[in-house]
Amino acid sequence: MLKNFLQTMFNNIPAAVYVALIYFFIFLPVAVLVLFSFQDSLLPIPPFQGPSLRWYQAIFADFRIMEALWNSLMVGVVSAALSCFLGFLAAYGLARYPVRGSGAIQWLLVAPLSVSYLIIGMGLLITFKTLAIPKSLSAVIIGHVVINLPLAFAIIYSQMGEHHANLERAGRDLGAAEWQVLVLITLPLLWPALMASFFLSFTLSWDEFIIALLVSRFDVTLPVEIWSLLRSGLNPKTNAIGSMVFIVSIFLVIITEIAVFGRRKSK
Amino acid sequence: MSPMVEIKGISKSYGKTVALSEIDLTIAEGQFFALVGPSGSGKTTLLHILGGFIEPSAGRVLIAGQDVSSQPPARRPTTSMFQDYALFPHMSVGANVGFGLLMRKVPRTQRLSRVAAALEMVGLSGMNARRIHQLSGGQQQRVALARALVVEPKVLLLDEPLGALDLNLRRQMQQELLHIQKKVGTTFVHVTHDQEEAMSIADVIAVMNNGHLEDVGPPARVYIKPKTRFSATFMGESNMFEGTVAGRSGESIEVDTAFGRLKVPGVAEPGARVSLSIRPEQIMAADGDTPGQVPLGVLQVDEVSFFGTHHRCLGRHVKSNLPMIIRLPQHQAVGIGEKLNIAVQREDIVLLTQ
Repeated sequence: MLKNFLQTMFNNIPAAVYVALIYFFIFLPVAVLVLFSFQDSLLPIPPFQGPSLRWYQAIFADFRIMEALWNSLMVGVVSAALSCFLGFLAAYGLARYPVRGSGAIQWLLVAPLSVSYLIIGMGLLITFKTLAIPKSLSAVIIGHVVINLPLAFAIIYSQMGEHHANLERAGRDLGAAEWQVLVLITLPLLWPALMASFFLSFTLSWDEFIIALLVSRFDVTLPVEIWSLLRSGLNPKTNAIGSMVFIVSIFLVIITEIAVFGRRKSK
Repeated sequence: MSPMVEIKGISKSYGKTVALSEIDLTIAEGQFFALVGPSGSGKTTLLHILGGFIEPSAGRVLIAGQDVSSQPPARRPTTSMFQDYALFPHMSVGANVGFGLLMRKVPRTQRLSRVAAALEMVGLSGMNARRIHQLSGGQQQRVALARALVVEPKVLLLDEPLGALDLNLRRQMQQELLHIQKKVGTTFVHVTHDQEEAMSIADVIAVMNNGHLEDVGPPARVYIKPKTRFSATFMGESNMFEGTVAGRSGESIEVDTAFGRLKVPGVAEPGARVSLSIRPEQIMAADGDTPGQVPLGVLQVDEVSFFGTHHRCLGRHVKSNLPMIIRLPQHQAVGIGEKLNIAVQREDIVLLTQ
């Protein structure tokens, strides 16, 4: 497939140039960011001097950045796990039992995908204020579940078709109790979908800024911390953090790809 | 033989659509029973009611004398072989076959030996460690059979399991199913839309149509002496014609038809309109003057095709213009446009009153 792709691409030189330019402009900012994280002088601007790891050393020594990093990891893991758990329950109920108004329920579950994070963030801010829930990391977790649950639900639900239902039926036919069907058949079959939703949710939470900014106060996540660093001017330190965030995101995308598409290929 | 499955007044409707209406059926122990019918006839619904996957709207199911109507599939003494096999793709062949035993808490050593024996029975010895996706369609089929039989069910339910196989493999698997059924002696209930398959493997056939039973009996009886018009046409080609009962004498009646007055075995009131049917292979090219034969007149042949075992001729009855199908032996080739004298054995004319 890749070979065919390359062949058709090089048969058509203008198209190849066009594609190359697109990728160049997409990745230019990231490349510049990563490059200047190795800058040896005080400003992340040309000319490039170095390479040096001094800014990486600086961020690992910075207590506030390390705490924000830890907060981000924690918010990501907890909100992704909650999204998958709730998404699975919703998908299981809607896919396996006749539910009245199931179409409307599905629409409502997926609807938040079409609302901007800013609107969701403001809505949460007002809701939390009314309910007297203080600004905190827990509030950020709730916010991230709101944006990731629709995604987790959609991915898991799409994998629970008639074929899986038939396999569960076969399990019951052979004498499995409901919990045994769930543990021995349903969950192992859904494993790729669960992994995909978990890592996708984690990646989105890891990157998310607006909601985290609006509903947190003293303990903040990494994107919010980076933003406050940026307010005091450009600094290769922010480049170093940015590169780290980028590497973690890429790593998660690769894991998701392997978990979902790798399995599919082997079938 | 004692009854193994008793179906008593089973009905199923979905809203206003009636899928099954008042089915009464008894299946004897150790029988290979086939439910045959066109799609939408309710045969699969009935099978799923036996397995416990569908709850009937009315009626009861007894298995080995016990009322299982309110039991879930896991508690019933039945197992199923599904149309798409429903093998667990995340488990090995051995784990698939051993699943039912694991659920029944059979100790490990015993489980392993029973799995090995079941795989040997279906001709897959030593395949324990294979993954499901490494197997061919036919092999997956055997794993499904082993998985369902290893728990020693009282009744095995087969939901068109041979539907996805090509013709040769299909015939081979039919033979094997029959062989295995005779060996283990389990009662098999097999659903199929292929009447040849049903006849070749089953001890007893039930023909279903529109949610009710048309005919139940041994294959030869159902084919040769069908009870209803539907079962006469569904179980193979048939020449169907109408007639009026002219007279009655004991166990036979005289019927006025396009072929003249025919004397046929059966009972009906004089004056009644009845249907008669004759299988194409029972009509022969003969004058019909030998004892026991009934002359049917002259047939003009319109189309001929050679099927290997016979010539299939489409034609018209010259006097009445009635379309007919007949099958002539291999050596009796006829040309298009030829006129044949045709006749039939008296006992091969079947009276259909339903």
